[in-house]
Amino acid sequence: MTMAVESNNFIALADVALHNDDLQHAVGEGTRAAYYKRLDTMFAHSNEHGEFMRQQAAEAKRRALRRLPDLLEKAERNLKKNGFQVEWAVDAAGANQLVLDIARRHGVETVTKSKSMLSEELGTNHAMEAAGLRVVETDLGEYIIQLANETPSHIVGPVMHKTKAEIRDVFVDELGMEPTDDAEEMVAFARRMLREDFLGADMGISGGNFLIAETGSIGLVMNEGNGRMCTSLPRVHVALVGIEKLVDTVEDYATLTQVLPSSSTGQKLTVYTNIINGPRRDDEDDGPEHAYVILVDNGRSDIYATKYAEVLSCIRCGACQNACPVYRTMGGHAYGWVYGGPIGAVLTPLFVGLENATPLPHASSLCGSCKQVCPVDIDLPRMLLDLRWDLVQAGESKAGWDMAMKMWSIGMTSPTRFNLGGVAARAGQHVMGEYMPGVLGNWTKHRDFPEFASKPFRQLWKERKRGRA
Amino acid sequence: MALLERESPVGKRVSLFVTCIVDMIYPQTGMSAVDILEHIGVDVDFPMAQTCCGQPAFNSGYRDEARTVAVHFFKAFKDAEVIVTPSGSCATMVRHEYPHLFKPEDGELYEQARRMAAITWEFSEFLVDGLGIVDLQLQLPEKESFAMHDACHGLRGLGLGRASRELIANLGNAELVELKECEVCCGFGGLFSVKMADISNAMLKNKVDNINASAADTIVTGDVSCLTQMNGGLSRNKSRKRVVHLAEVLAKGLDGGRA
Repeated sequence: MTMAVESNNFIALADVALHNDDLQHAVGEGTRAAYYKRLDTMFAHSNEHGEFMRQQAAEAKRRALRRLPDLLEKAERNLKKNGFQVEWAVDAAGANQLVLDIARRHGVETVTKSKSMLSEELGTNHAMEAAGLRVVETDLGEYIIQLANETPSHIVGPVMHKTKAEIRDVFVDELGMEPTDDAEEMVAFARRMLREDFLGADMGISGGNFLIAETGSIGLVMNEGNGRMCTSLPRVHVALVGIEKLVDTVEDYATLTQVLPSSSTGQKLTVYTNIINGPRRDDEDDGPEHAYVILVDNGRSDIYATKYAEVLSCIRCGACQNACPVYRTMGGHAYGWVYGGPIGAVLTPLFVGLENATPLPHASSLCGSCKQVCPVDIDLPRMLLDLRWDLVQAGESKAGWDMAMKMWSIGMTSPTRFNLGGVAARAGQHVMGEYMPGVLGNWTKHRDFPEFASKPFRQLWKERKRGRA
Repeated sequence: MALLERESPVGKRVSLFVTCIVDMIYPQTGMSAVDILEHIGVDVDFPMAQTCCGQPAFNSGYRDEARTVAVHFFKAFKDAEVIVTPSGSCATMVRHEYPHLFKPEDGELYEQARRMAAITWEFSEFLVDGLGIVDLQLQLPEKESFAMHDACHGLRGLGLGRASRELIANLGNAELVELKECEVCCGFGGLFSVKMADISNAMLKNKVDNINASAADTIVTGDVSCLTQMNGGLSRNKSRKRVVHLAEVLAKGLDGGRA
């Protein structure tokens, strides 16, 4: 079962978030903190250096995407040389079935998981639980989300929408923690609980930030030690990796593994930056006996064939979410699927179908911040504009707008009609007073509207010319 | 379009594209822009056939309608040597979107789109980057403090921001102070402001709070559309502060005499 799509309820879901003061506070603070830390780190040397890093990273991903089919084959060959068992999944059902097959093959009962947005897309946890497996999310944020039976609201900070007090309540209610407001005590409590799960798990599931084709390695970038626990302690390790995670060379990986933490958490490098090269070797003391890589398509090759292919460069850093003034006001749940913020507004319609996410392309003021901060220079505002065009062409725009835009364009192709429109607007304003009708009433609901000028510019201009003549 | 060659506008006649909103609601902004341009000796004309750049349709996904209006723009400005507009947003539409709205197979229209993109300048950009003027030799009648709000399209579409600050910094009796989150969107976003009015308002509320907390008497910006959003929020929230277009601030110096 994949995650339900609620994106057509965007306005209603946003309304809920806009009326949640705790959420407003938590998301407002969390996004801004990350945004400013990114600025400090990314441009620590100079603006030029930061921009150069972005361009290099963008090129590394574009290069890999251009050669995607070839590089995937190269990656598969090299993964196998390293002892990984490589599986391919076309969709969510296929990927989850592969996970279940592997679990059954190795007699798995308990699974520890490190953070993976792909697994959210696939609904892997639900599939495993439905098959009777015990699944424990071990990233602290994901752990809280799992206990609260919610979904992540942010790519990097899944629990960004919750305040410290709300997190305390989750631990108290779900795990019987002694109430405390001390964040360190809460973390220590979670760590004690998780330690037992780590030691008892039969299988660990991770995502993969990067798939390095030339070395057949999985690059994992983590902020907590949980990732290593999941990939090295259990007998079996399964990495769920989207096919777009590919990079060709170790040099490209080195570039990306710097811009990723800089962009997401404002760190030059995370403490837990891993390159995984397969299962335990004969001469090694630890590591899993079996290591699998499941390469997942789940709609990616469909996107690859469109004008939106560039969006597959995304390295899931969350910088666009932190920078987005829309996201800052309401967090990620309102977007109604796995990914929130500008990247979600683009990815969701592409993954679930435009007709199932019609409000999302419009969920942006097109301020351009997302493009500005994107470490791989994805032109998200242009994609939102293109998706809006797609909506109109698909007849998904409201009929009222079709008519209004038609009339407007007729009005705007003649200065006489334009002028008459101005006269009508002035007269209308005179009659209507302060509050405007129809959709324009949405304006005056929150803000005052200025008066139309008694004399438009073109008339003042004529008078000025006449005065000089 | 960074790739398009831009010829120096020095010594050329300027055709003012005043924008539809300035024409109907803020004619004083347009007159101020003309006053400043004439003050520095620029020959200004106003092609009377002009209406709108087509951005409302383009941003809503109505590309056919946007093209129709763009073609009218081509006609209105067919004789222009240089186009100057007191709007970063409309300048971005002409500069960045016209060349996308038409394709090489559109032939003459494509060439016109590229020509319009190449000769169009935003007001502060024209003065500072185009003519190389940062000091207009003007002084305000009395001391006043200002803070800039960087309208999104000017800042991120055209890379502006420095130009208007330099113009203000060189204006006699003007003091430039900080506005927190001056680079963050006010929530206008064209039809976004009515299609997603509650979200737009949440963004506006943040902006209003920051403006109220600023030491500036007046907030300066380069787009009257964003100004309409911010002033609408300030007025509704009973704030005494107001946002004013850069051209009007500079033109006040014409009354104060030359520095």
